[in-house]
Amino acid sequence: MAQMTMIQAITDAMRTELKNDENVLIFGEDVGQNGGVFRATEGLQQEFGEDRVFDTPLAESGIGGMSIGLALTGFRPVPEIQFFGFVYETMDAISGQMARYRYRSGGTRPMPITVRSPFGGGVHTPELHADSLEGLMAQQPGLRVVIPSNPYDAKGLLISSIRNNDPVIFLEHMKLYRSFREEVPEEEYTVELDKAAVKREGTDVTLVAYGAMVHSCLKAAEELEKDGVSAEVIDLRTVAPVDYETILESVKKTNRAVVVQEAQKQAGIASAVVSEIQEKAILHLEAPVLRVAAPDTVYAFTQAEEVWLPNHNTIVEKVNDVMNF
Amino acid sequence: MTLKRTLENIENQFETFQILNEEGEIVNEDFMPDLSDEDLKEMMRRMVYTRILDQRSIALNRQGRLGFYAPTAGQEASQLGSQFALEKADFILPGYRDVPQLIWHGLPLYQAFLFSRGHFKGNQMPEGVNAVSPQIIIGAQITQTAGVGLGYKKRGENAVAITYTGDGGASQGDFYEGINFAGAFGAQAIFVVQNNRFAISVPVEKQSAAQTIAQKAVAAGIEGIQVDGMDVLAVYAATKDARERAVNGEGPTLIETLTYRYGPHTMAGDDPTRYRTEDQDNEWEKKDPIVRFRKFLEAKGLWSEEEENELIEKTKEEIKAAIKEADNTPKQTVTDLIGIMHDELPSNLQEQLEEYKEKESK
Repeated sequence: MAQMTMIQAITDAMRTELKNDENVLIFGEDVGQNGGVFRATEGLQQEFGEDRVFDTPLAESGIGGMSIGLALTGFRPVPEIQFFGFVYETMDAISGQMARYRYRSGGTRPMPITVRSPFGGGVHTPELHADSLEGLMAQQPGLRVVIPSNPYDAKGLLISSIRNNDPVIFLEHMKLYRSFREEVPEEEYTVELDKAAVKREGTDVTLVAYGAMVHSCLKAAEELEKDGVSAEVIDLRTVAPVDYETILESVKKTNRAVVVQEAQKQAGIASAVVSEIQEKAILHLEAPVLRVAAPDTVYAFTQAEEVWLPNHNTIVEKVNDVMNF
Repeated sequence: MTLKRTLENIENQFETFQILNEEGEIVNEDFMPDLSDEDLKEMMRRMVYTRILDQRSIALNRQGRLGFYAPTAGQEASQLGSQFALEKADFILPGYRDVPQLIWHGLPLYQAFLFSRGHFKGNQMPEGVNAVSPQIIIGAQITQTAGVGLGYKKRGENAVAITYTGDGGASQGDFYEGINFAGAFGAQAIFVVQNNRFAISVPVEKQSAAQTIAQKAVAAGIEGIQVDGMDVLAVYAATKDARERAVNGEGPTLIETLTYRYGPHTMAGDDPTRYRTEDQDNEWEKKDPIVRFRKFLEAKGLWSEEEENELIEKTKEEIKAAIKEADNTPKQTVTDLIGIMHDELPSNLQEQLEEYKEKESK
């Protein structure tokens, strides 16, 4: 076992799959010689050669479209979108094309593409770098959306994503890249897609989150414990499709839930989770299911981002509302 | 003193490549392709077949027996001359008017009808037919073509990717990204722009300040050629040349074919009299690809009226049989859709699959 940061675990996953499958190709802006702007592909071109790991011209739509063409010739592309705010430039390639190709071709043309991209707030980026756009992706049928919250999951989920025969949008929260290290096996392993993880067991309230907000929930749970409130924390890991089974099982036990996302409140993952809970478990609920989310604006410029972003305090407040309902 | 100007010099170099003039006479003997008499006749058969198919498709659409249809008459030389230069291993990424190329690449006709009717079986290429179904988003296929062409290069395949779009498609960002990526990676690719002068109603003059679409290749650092798109021999020769260079590692090519669509944009209510004059239509019909090739073949003693009439009757019979086969294909269901969207059915769809199985069993 080695101690790895999340970005090291991600590099390790790509190295593992480059070794395992000669059809795996890694490409994007600055991913070659430079190893990526966050060093996610550090050393991979040197190790596997320019045929497998390469820079592209600076054009996201071209990267998306080329990924599809490579998949049509049997490759397993792992393109990087340098920051997920740039995804708008390649929305057609992702939502209009790769998500639909298997159906469009009557099931004959799979798109085993994993689009990797950093996102997430709290690291003082310029505009259109930090936005949480997973809801936009989750609304597109045909796409899987995966968001790890820790190094161990990041490696196992990325390997599973690359091996999956359908397109996966793999979103990496920038704040988690180097914020902590943990034990990550050096050998290969997978973490199952579409399965949530119970990160902390509790009996009074269920907190559902993903990405960096999982850590805010865990911190909130510790504070709540001091006040005698036992919170269960669920990390979705895959946000499309959502593992409702794990959520419902927990809610039926705790009878209360708060769903947490870093994204703006409107039309997101949290809304979908709340809907499903009330459809499937309303008679188990002691209080309305509340949401913690950012305001319904675009992502704040740097000076306002700390207030804009949800944190453990806003989570504790919502849990208290639920407990005191 | 003025700075050096280059635009005029570049534009002057893009002359229209032609082999057969409107009278069916060879005007460019040096580039006459090495085709057997049988090949020449086959090109003619394919053009006649496709013209008849177009007429029948329009009629079937009007009777409500076909769905989405984009007429092809006028563009046969551009479509079939380029396809005739391909090998079986080559990969076609068509636009929505490019169903004829798919048919001649191996898509059975009844499946082309199923595509028109909105059935997923119309989009399933038979094993070994390297193509995808017609692209609806203008230009999306162009970046994908760069990918297929790069994939072929990486695999050392003796094959190319070829894509088709129109003059409007050459205005899309994906057009520029696609040809630029293909150039940067040396992709084994051919980009055919069928300049039929109108993107639905907008004339090509309003698409760009560029005098030719072919010259756009220059900025991407790839070869570009403008071809008389009503001359099947010129289109064939240009495509054959582009194919050879692509597989020899000499890079991709942009081919602009000057052509015309006689019919409406699609059968969904477009009225060309709103944006074209009858004079303009007549002027282009004089350049007709079939008329000119017929003259050429007749002068060589390779074609007769009887032969053509026989072919027309046979084609009509084939169309009738294909429609019947399409009629006999069970309708697509939502259950089919849910079943083929993913490799493994996600949990949210498992529940919905049961719901629709129940609904559709009634």
